[in-house]
Amino acid sequence: MSDTTSEPTKVGSRNLLATLEIDTRLLGMIGAFVAIALVFNFWTDGRFLTPRNIFNLTIQTVSVGIMAAGMVFVIVTRHIDLSVGALLATVSALMAMTQTQVLPNDFGFGLNNPATVFVTILIGLVAGTLIGAFHGYLIGFLTIPAFIVTLGGLFVWRNVAWFQTRGQTIGPLDERFQSLGGIGGTLGETGSLIFGLLAIAAALFGLFTARRRKVQHEFPVKPLWAEITLGAIISGAILGFVLILNNYEKPVRVIQREFAARGETMPEGYSEAYGIPYSVLILILVAIVMTMVATKTRLGRYIFAAGGNPEATSLAGVDIRWLTVKVFAIMGALCAISAVVASARLTFHTNDIGTLDELRVIAAAVIGGTALSGGLGTIHGAILGALIMQSLQSGMAMVGVDAPFQNIVVGIVLVLAVFVDILYRKRTGIK
Amino acid sequence: MAKPTDKQTPLVEMRDMQKAFGGIRAVDHVTVDLYPGEVVGVLGHNGAGKSVLMKMLSGALKRDGGEIYVNGQLTDINNPRDARDYNIETIYQTLALADNLDASSNLFLGREITSPLGFVDDARMEAETRKIMGRLTPNFRRYHTPVAGLSGGQRQSVAISRAVYFNAKILIMDEPTAALGVEETRMVAELIDELKKQGIGIFLIDHDIHQVKTLCDRASVMKNGKLVGTVKVDEVTEDDLLGMIILGKNPKESVA
Ligand SMILES: Nc1ncnc2c1ncn2[C@@H]1O[C@H](COP(=O)(O)OP(=O)(O)OP(=O)(O)O)[C@@H](O)[C@H]1O
Ligand SMILES: [Mg+2]
Repeated sequence: MSDTTSEPTKVGSRNLLATLEIDTRLLGMIGAFVAIALVFNFWTDGRFLTPRNIFNLTIQTVSVGIMAAGMVFVIVTRHIDLSVGALLATVSALMAMTQTQVLPNDFGFGLNNPATVFVTILIGLVAGTLIGAFHGYLIGFLTIPAFIVTLGGLFVWRNVAWFQTRGQTIGPLDERFQSLGGIGGTLGETGSLIFGLLAIAAALFGLFTARRRKVQHEFPVKPLWAEITLGAIISGAILGFVLILNNYEKPVRVIQREFAARGETMPEGYSEAYGIPYSVLILILVAIVMTMVATKTRLGRYIFAAGGNPEATSLAGVDIRWLTVKVFAIMGALCAISAVVASARLTFHTNDIGTLDELRVIAAAVIGGTALSGGLGTIHGAILGALIMQSLQSGMAMVGVDAPFQNIVVGIVLVLAVFVDILYRKRTGIK
Repeated sequence: MAKPTDKQTPLVEMRDMQKAFGGIRAVDHVTVDLYPGEVVGVLGHNGAGKSVLMKMLSGALKRDGGEIYVNGQLTDINNPRDARDYNIETIYQTLALADNLDASSNLFLGREITSPLGFVDDARMEAETRKIMGRLTPNFRRYHTPVAGLSGGQRQSVAISRAVYFNAKILIMDEPTAALGVEETRMVAELIDELKKQGIGIFLIDHDIHQVKTLCDRASVMKNGKLVGTVKVDEVTEDDLLGMIILGKNPKESVA
């Protein structure tokens, strides 16, 4: 609560960034990510920045990224969730049993019934949400600290998962379900391109309407050229991402198999690329919805207010206990979505699925700028945090760093990132 | 200056209010009232029970006993939302602001303007905030900074603007000028006079006896949770008030 922070008069090269109204913290993270990518690319003689590796990087990031989005809300309200990996395992086990045994056998759906995937995911979502809401009830209404509730949850749900499957690997999972895991289901070249163009249109429309609203209320707006530059950067980034994924060609034998499955033969010289995986679409959707909730709804406003000053928020008439239930219910639902993606990617439910994910998810959120003191954090930051962690890990794996040493580096980076963040906040005067 | 007569119904009447924390009787059978267009000072030493008494009116604390009447009607105020329904607004001693949010998010906290789709309409809320804040602090420009970065006076203006914007009929001000400079204190004093003219009733907790003498019509003095007495400030001296606060001595028999 400093009374005398400097007025926002930036000088020198900051001027450009100030005019563009770009979040310098976000810029720093993107810079760190680019630096990591370039270093590994140099180190691996250009193998890091190939379409194939970028494709793999994105699908490996999805599961942690989805949960990190929920962890932002949890940490913003000054709580923590240590049970997300275990909860993921419980939901994954439940969905695996549902789609391989309960629905096909007990309910007579048979194999590869198109309804199986919907019913399975619905059951998983309901289970995840209910378990999360139950955590929230224990924390909000019974005032047991979140650390304790979710630490207990970690033991409980990890072993509930074990009991459902008796510790066995369950699979292979339903074919349609598997397509949500990554490489097994992609939009293809044309679909990806259309998606990219729609995304660009939506982004530009968003910029335009935001500006128009400001003009309507006679608020200061940034110069038109700044707006256009920003639009161009965003469009370029989206298009670039799509084009990279559209350049990852499917291996010939994969295409041959696909043609064979349809009873056709592959024409000579035919080629096809993967494009955007469905799992990445899920992550993008989660990111958009969660960002909307955070910035455009009362729920989001109260989540951040409660993180900043719980007493003031409750004096403003907000029921903090219910808010806690909602936050943990959202976290549970996102664990369920992650469980879909993670088990689909493996094509099996395994006993150790999601192990240590709680730590990766918390680390991603924290690297992404979520303050453990509450009230501060962004969804895109957390997802970028997940991407940075995954890049480090896969980069080190590619250059042949031993697994234990990889974890040492990730641990150091986590502490370092938070330290840099503290320095940054001190310098810019942001709390 | 409003001259409360027996015929007029009080805007607020708190009868026989009680609140205890463990063994401590923070508020012990206290009765106070407030008329439209009147400022009643609530005085007392630190820990006398002033804030607790007011928090029962604003719904922040649940009363153990006692009755609250608004415009002569018995009410059942149990939480901040109930109090708001009676147009009771509070400016808390410990500024009830979320430090990480900007001025307009704080001003509208709990009562956001939403678009037809149910999304919060930040642009409209900011426009409204600019209007109302412009009246209190014409030089205020920092609408996009978290309020943590504002000065004590600017933060106070946000809290006061909130009460004014939502048409308070009954205003509780718990040491509103404690964090303010000379200029801002004068501004709050002017505002109190303006609100009075609009017929708003104000409970003002203040330790500055001189200020109480100039701003208030009546003063209710508390000591150790009990009401010492209520006096018209024009009929007593500053020393009389001090005697009530420190010694718990009632100078006259003009107990309300
Ligand atoms: N939430 C609480 N829990 C326990 N005791 C409380 C609580 N709030 C107030 N008290 C106690 O009630 C008594 C009255 O407190 P109150 O805050 O009303 O004092 P006050 O008259 O406003 O004093 P000040 O001038 O210092 O603000 C004190 O003894 C205080 O310790
Ligand atoms: Mg007090």
